[in-house]
Amino acid sequence: MTWVFANFEQIWSLTVAHVLLSIAPIICGFVIAVPIGWFAYRFRVSRGVVLTVCGLLYTIPSLALIVAMPTLLGTKILNPLNLIVTLTIYAIALMVRTATDAFEAVSRDVISSSTAVGFGAWRRFWQVELPLAGPVLLAGLRVVSTSTVSLVTLGALVGMSGLGYLFTDGYQRNFPTEILTGIVGTVLIAVVFDVLLVLLGRVLLPWARVDEAARRGAGSVTVKAATA
Amino acid sequence: MNLFADAIRWIMDPAHWTGANGIPNRVAEHLGYTALTVVIAALIAVSLGLYIGHTGRFRGLVVGVTGALRALPTLGLLVYLAVLFGGGISFALVPTIIVLVVLAIPPLLAGAYSGVESVDGRTVDAARSMGMTEWQILWKVEVPLALPLSLGGIRSAVLQVVATATVAAYISLGGLGRYIIDALPLRNYTEVLVGALLVTILALVLDGILVVCQRLTVPAGVRAIRKSPEQRSTTKSARTVSASA
Repeated sequence: MTWVFANFEQIWSLTVAHVLLSIAPIICGFVIAVPIGWFAYRFRVSRGVVLTVCGLLYTIPSLALIVAMPTLLGTKILNPLNLIVTLTIYAIALMVRTATDAFEAVSRDVISSSTAVGFGAWRRFWQVELPLAGPVLLAGLRVVSTSTVSLVTLGALVGMSGLGYLFTDGYQRNFPTEILTGIVGTVLIAVVFDVLLVLLGRVLLPWARVDEAARRGAGSVTVKAATA
Repeated sequence: MNLFADAIRWIMDPAHWTGANGIPNRVAEHLGYTALTVVIAALIAVSLGLYIGHTGRFRGLVVGVTGALRALPTLGLLVYLAVLFGGGISFALVPTIIVLVVLAIPPLLAGAYSGVESVDGRTVDAARSMGMTEWQILWKVEVPLALPLSLGGIRSAVLQVVATATVAAYISLGGLGRYIIDALPLRNYTEVLVGALLVTILALVLDGILVVCQRLTVPAGVRAIRKSPEQRSTTKSARTVSASA
């Protein structure tokens, strides 16, 4: 504990770096994955292809992708963009399937009703499909958030900042306290992100708690998340 | 893109196919860690998963714990255990296997219990009414029907372990991660890319093999009635769980 207090400044700056490195992939992944998921749900032909590609993307080991990224992007090895792009790809791979399932779970009758009262495709998406898919999308986003925060630590292997630095440094110095600090810090960031997402869900999706069917859908996503 | 050509040429070079640092040896080490991990993890997780699926107990607890495990950074746990155990290279296998087992348990557990859970309650009731004991129900009804889903769990576990075993090289263990970890400080990016490519290829090959296994394990009876409406929902969930890998 004394070590933590003595080095609080460094730990805090690593935490901030970790948070910053985590936020971009989570947001980019979500924003890119939702439309892809919608297309996969809407157009049967593209569905198999899109979902297979996402499955394959997830197969690529994260460390392999991080170290291959400079070659693919033409960036320098220490550029944070490498990590952000890699983790965004991971987030997309995880999120597209959930997004497809989320739109799938929206009741056909509700969509037909909205068409019947005169909603066009654009308005139907924003005012009917997206809000009703919201709870399941949120469940998927929570998984993406947790796994991204944990994966950011791998960046330390290629010299990136973030709490993973405490792992490589602590290992070289044979100092378990430093490593433990990094582990606890990473888990804490993941928990804080999760709580924030749940609160955001409460504010943005007040109907989620009422809609029993959606809740069941979210439950199945948690199961899938665990297998993912 | 030139680096890719270099990496391919490196892989094709016969000189890199022999010796301790040769590709066959590194692949064998990598597969060895993976196999050992998955066997240990499966013994723990599948028995637990079958119990939870059959009895329906502790379900919420498992969902919570598996979710929490996801937040645990693998690299941190690995180096923490490595420092705690000490003992250098000769002892590096123990922390590595512990970390990989922790990583492999959630998907295996989820696959096993959701597989048993997805079995139609009426089928189980029918088996019970015919006088089957709980053990017979588990082994003759639930396990065969749960097999495709459980294999989906094994598939994601294997993929995660193959990917993460790369990190083991950081605590001086062998495997394909060696190429990446050894070449990084030397700025030998060709060899780094070689490691990345080989791990990816290995993961894709294993995934392909397991997909075929998964198709083959669908019981004949289930295949025959797949088209019936109630069955479709079960098989759909089977596909989603497995494909989420």
